[in-house]
Amino acid sequence: MRLLRRFFTRLANSVTGRVHDERLREEIEEHIALQTAENVRAGLPPVEARRQAFLKFGAVESIKDDYHAERGMQFIFWQDLRFSVRVLRKSPGFTTVAILTLALGIGSNAIVFSVLNALILHPLNVPQAERLYQVMRGKEKAGNHSFPDYLDLRDRNRTFDELVAYDGAVAGIDTGGDPSSAWVALVTGNYFDGLRLQPYLGRLFHPSDEHGANSAPYIVLTHGYWHSHFHDDPGVVGRVVQVNKNPFTIVGVAPPEFHGTLVFFFPDFFVPIVNQEQLEGKNNLNERGKRWVFSVMGHLKAGVTRERAIADLNSIGADLEKSYPKEDTDMAFSLAPPSLYGDRLGAPMKGFLTGLMVLAGLILLAACTNLGSLFAARAADRSREVSLRLALGSSRRRILRQLFTEATLISLIGGSLGILGSVLLVRALSLWQPFTRYPIHLQVKPDANVYGLALLLALVSGFVFGAVPVRQILRTNPYEVIKAGPSGKAGRRLTLRDLLLVTQIAICALLVTFSLVAVRGLVRSLHSNFGFEPQNATLADIDLSMAGYRVDQMPAMQKRMLDAVEAIPGVESVGLVNPAPLYAGSVSDLVFTDKTADLRPANAAAQVVVYKISPEYFHAAGTALLSGRSVTWHDDKDAPRVAVVNAEFARKIFGSVTAAMGEYYKLEDGTRIEVVGIAEQGRYTSLTEDPKPAMFLPILQSPSSETWMVVRSNLDSQQLVPAIRNTLRDLDAGLPVYIQTWTKEMDHPLFASRMATLSLGVLGMMGAMLTVTGIFGMAAYSVSKRLRELGIRMALGAQRKEVLQAALGRAFKLLAFGSAAGLLLGILASRVLAFVVYQATPRDPLVLAGVVLAMSLLGLLATWIPAQRALSIDPLRLLREE
Amino acid sequence: MLPVGNQNDGAMKQKTDVLQGTLALMVLKTLDVLGPLHGYGIARRIEQISGDLLAVNQGTLYPVLLKLEQEGAIESEWGASENNRRARFYRLTRQGRKQLQVETQDWQQTSEIISRFFAAKAEDLP
Repeated sequence: MRLLRRFFTRLANSVTGRVHDERLREEIEEHIALQTAENVRAGLPPVEARRQAFLKFGAVESIKDDYHAERGMQFIFWQDLRFSVRVLRKSPGFTTVAILTLALGIGSNAIVFSVLNALILHPLNVPQAERLYQVMRGKEKAGNHSFPDYLDLRDRNRTFDELVAYDGAVAGIDTGGDPSSAWVALVTGNYFDGLRLQPYLGRLFHPSDEHGANSAPYIVLTHGYWHSHFHDDPGVVGRVVQVNKNPFTIVGVAPPEFHGTLVFFFPDFFVPIVNQEQLEGKNNLNERGKRWVFSVMGHLKAGVTRERAIADLNSIGADLEKSYPKEDTDMAFSLAPPSLYGDRLGAPMKGFLTGLMVLAGLILLAACTNLGSLFAARAADRSREVSLRLALGSSRRRILRQLFTEATLISLIGGSLGILGSVLLVRALSLWQPFTRYPIHLQVKPDANVYGLALLLALVSGFVFGAVPVRQILRTNPYEVIKAGPSGKAGRRLTLRDLLLVTQIAICALLVTFSLVAVRGLVRSLHSNFGFEPQNATLADIDLSMAGYRVDQMPAMQKRMLDAVEAIPGVESVGLVNPAPLYAGSVSDLVFTDKTADLRPANAAAQVVVYKISPEYFHAAGTALLSGRSVTWHDDKDAPRVAVVNAEFARKIFGSVTAAMGEYYKLEDGTRIEVVGIAEQGRYTSLTEDPKPAMFLPILQSPSSETWMVVRSNLDSQQLVPAIRNTLRDLDAGLPVYIQTWTKEMDHPLFASRMATLSLGVLGMMGAMLTVTGIFGMAAYSVSKRLRELGIRMALGAQRKEVLQAALGRAFKLLAFGSAAGLLLGILASRVLAFVVYQATPRDPLVLAGVVLAMSLLGLLATWIPAQRALSIDPLRLLREE
Repeated sequence: MLPVGNQNDGAMKQKTDVLQGTLALMVLKTLDVLGPLHGYGIARRIEQISGDLLAVNQGTLYPVLLKLEQEGAIESEWGASENNRRARFYRLTRQGRKQLQVETQDWQQTSEIISRFFAAKAEDLP
């Protein structure tokens, strides 16, 4: 009871701090006055009487401490805090540097962790997302399946509550005004029920909606699309809209927090997958060999482990292999979370983000070592103050606590600033849409996890760098310091602090190396040969199936479009290609040598990227033909099958470019194709790929509803784009078209290396800032400790150069050593970079010179002020002062 | 090196704890006998009776006073001292009086045991 009461009183006291302080002071004064009076009465002279009174009272400082300890547990903390704020405000430069350094460290960690948290740790917005798994097939862990395979898996498994599937498509939607294209998810009837979702409005699909191909012309809108395109109109349910010129009825709106099952790709609306033909222009529902269904997933049944589910699927897979040996091979399954499309995107994404996290961690570590040495330097500067306090009866523990309070204060302020900055940045990141054409969103909302981690990191960092000067303080001997002044001895041996600084410089040099390598790679990839010339070319993405064209109507329409656009004054040439290289994904097929009779996948000669082109494509794209001819309008359905292949194809299948001309090869379905021309090597799927074989088939022999019109013209895009749009609208007003310059479209393939360059650049800048503060702290410390020695040297006639060498030689030695280590590490590790950045190599004189230059500049910047201070020493004044 | 200040925190703490325990009892007894009194008065009284316990460290009294006040054994208010200055006067509360009784008994018991213990000789043991 008594204890409890004491506790509450103490608690209350810590709030009313000042009143009590005043009271003790007054009581002590009164006590001394009374004792002095007593002593005077006893016959002592007044001054001596007062002195005796103080002696009798005892050490005021330690009594105050006891009193405060009695007063309240937080009191000391508040007192320390007040003192810390005072101390920190006295040296605004140090405080600002420390807070900013930490804000950077904490902020970068918070940002990277928010993204990691949102993309990888955070489950999808569906009930029981942690038990939802995507089915991946084969050694390649492919997510795509054929529809009949899906049906078998769905109906025969005993380990999933429900298996649902979807595919993605782009469709033209006409709500009665301007036709536009939209991103559609074609979903199975059980999709919403299987994901356990409830409608926001109207109803969702059910298995009962499906009655065979094209039987369910219904639409469920996502909440976002309903909001942006239907203005939250609740009357939308029951409305009929045209999708690819087919009437579809809107039956409902999905819940607001549901954006499909990929975390970053938000479809616009859902339609039943049985209506595939109306959306994608073809019906593959019964083809077991066509693996077009993008993704299959389901919740595990209660109590079923992942391993059991895999075994269950595998037994079905083995059965399918037996029943359909031609179509179904490699039917071993694995399971992975669907939010990042299993391991396909999940693994590289995890790798990338983990790498970033490690880098951010390194930055924080550098910030800490930095602040640690700044704190140590300060502690050394304050050794007189510390000794004085020790001599006056303050305990070492108290002084350490004070120091830690300062460190914690800095870490909390820095941490909060860092969090604030990261929240702002992350908010911008969420709004940012890197690819305007694709519904890609990075929805990152910092949650309690993020704040918690950042706060924890801030506190831990505070303790880490606060702990650096502890030993120094424990060793302080008040009498020596007060007698002799701060020791002028400069340590010759390698201290922990030096080691920390070298590590930091090395990390900085590593980051600088990386970012220079990335920048060089980016520049090189911008000027490399893609196998086509994006300059002065414009792309128009046209999908005739969106305007309801039948396959047999397409060639005529495509020819009309080409002629019409070519007639625009100023247009040089126009060609069609599907898909556009390096951008719109790629299709690849297996090819066989002409002699191969058994056309099993295992006997294939190569996997080849396939393009369907119109005759003028090579000219319009700026692709050079090495020999032979392009395809012509005569290469139609009735003519023998021909193709233009690229250099790598010719080399791989026929041995050389010259050997390939006029030769034949086979497709998987047995079609014999004659090589009529060889095109130069290009890049097809990514900028960093190894040379890939590719073939270009005439569009009349391999019809394609979606095409990319490549328009080469010297016209300004401001003029050209509307001209193309109007021309095409004159041909068919209901046809959605997406037009963009090819240079702009190149943003997509360059995205990865640009992002890598940007993030490495930012990290490099941070590392540079940290290095500057680190070297600055060290140099400033060494100069201020050796002021007297330097003064004496100057008085004895030392030259400026010698003084500088004495004062800063060590800092520069550390800088040189650290930079060399970092550069070396960078050279060893940049192979990793080569995955994202085109031709990343640090064995490049420009990169090496750049790193050396950058590090020297940083060193110069960091030591400028200390050097000025060392040079401006006035020996006479200095010696007089001491 | 001269032993100045808190060179040895640990030992100091122990000594203070013992001191505080006895000191608290002395304070309570003093206030019980003499009625409301200021800090200096209490210190003088303890000094008169106990000799040199507070000879050097009169100041240690104040943390003890605060502790007792927070426990509710004493209360304090401002008043005028004999030389007409503002001084803090402490008085025993009802709870403090009870506490004094209990602790006096405890103390007497303890000191009886201790003195018997010290008085005991080897031959007294059965």
